[in-house]
Amino acid sequence: MTDRNPDTGAFFTRDRTWHPPAYTPDYKTSVLRSPQRALLALDGTLSEITGPVFGHAILGELDNDLIHNFARSGEAAIGERLIVHGRVLDENGRGVPGALIEVWQANAGGRYRHKKEGYLAALDPNFGGCGRCITDENGNYRFRTVKPGPYPWPNGPNDWRPAHIHFSVFGHGFAQRLITQMYFEGDPLIWRCPIVRTIPDQRAVERLIAPLDMANTIPMDARAYKFDIVLRGRRSTLFENRLDGN
Amino acid sequence: MVQSLDRLKESPSQTAGPYVHIGLTPNFCGIGGVYKNDLGSIMVNDQTRGERIELRIRVLDGTGTPLKDALVEIWQADAGGLYNSPGELRGTADPNFLGWGRQPTDMETGLCVFQTIKPGRVPFRDGRLMAPHITLWIVARGINIGLHTRLYFSDEEKANAEDPILARIEHRVRVPTLVAERQGDVFVFDVHLQGEKETVFFDS
Repeated sequence: MTDRNPDTGAFFTRDRTWHPPAYTPDYKTSVLRSPQRALLALDGTLSEITGPVFGHAILGELDNDLIHNFARSGEAAIGERLIVHGRVLDENGRGVPGALIEVWQANAGGRYRHKKEGYLAALDPNFGGCGRCITDENGNYRFRTVKPGPYPWPNGPNDWRPAHIHFSVFGHGFAQRLITQMYFEGDPLIWRCPIVRTIPDQRAVERLIAPLDMANTIPMDARAYKFDIVLRGRRSTLFENRLDGN
Repeated sequence: MVQSLDRLKESPSQTAGPYVHIGLTPNFCGIGGVYKNDLGSIMVNDQTRGERIELRIRVLDGTGTPLKDALVEIWQADAGGLYNSPGELRGTADPNFLGWGRQPTDMETGLCVFQTIKPGRVPFRDGRLMAPHITLWIVARGINIGLHTRLYFSDEEKANAEDPILARIEHRVRVPTLVAERQGDVFVFDVHLQGEKETVFFDS
């Protein structure tokens, strides 16, 4: 039997002691939105091993440039200019090419462009807050943006989210689907945040904190932060039963 | 000492938060002009093979209140039971059907609607056929890691009875939580996050 395409193995089991549990009462909304019964274990069938793959054809020219993709012609978003870049890897340490990354964030003042948002800080007429890109053949991605501000939220009486960028990632299988948040090195709000603290292990939290990357900072233009993302790895398919029809 | 397994840990999940629409369905929340369409908003075209159906999904919290800020993604096989994915080795799926869709729940009613086709049957690992089903992935404010469940169809009683996944549900009274009710061309499906009618969620 020849080696099969490595994209057909089942995924490594998710370590749910590393991820946040569903019920985390200090993050109040989780109380009524967390399942109370045990999850049913389901070792990867075709329905989970497979997943959609998006081609570069979906991308517009400015999709990965949040400084300009909502701005009027010749104008730009206000704020600290940043490049956020990194690599999408799997647990085996291999780059994941063709991974779709979608990001969203508040503007430099911590204000989101959303109907349900009532924070006093002003909208930036030149900032929408969404962007996307697809990793290259080695799993690398990059986008330009402005640094989001912290923002207050109605959880405890005086809770503030640290500056953060939301990330949504597709690998090659639907079971790799992941949404997470990136935080910025040195932000004193990180360790006070009830959403950060839904993650039980400090080492896991540290994996979401992007370091300042001076080596990739462009002088007189934009600072850089590096944020690597790890998706679930796949088992080799050695010794597995073959599905009918193969 | 032994050799190191030398593996990385997966990036930990965080909630999608209340403003998930900004990133994933910007046109829906009024951020026009960045992307032409919201990705995953249209699943079928005139050439797509299969029976057209509509899914009407609600996601309810532990008090029975519909979530008005959730986002649902679905993943399914085509009418012939093939996935449009590089991992599909059994044949070539319908080129007019990606098999993936994404919809927010309505901000007023909590209703989440997909226009899609009824999927064909897909084999389980041992070759037995699973009943037609759609994989759901649900994120929202208050959900720390995306929830995975399946939607089966009420008009597939025989197939459902022999489905190897449904057969694993120890408490049989919970099986109906995964079955959408047929009403004409519409399938109605309520996902209960918590409580007496709690939906079966998977660790897959």
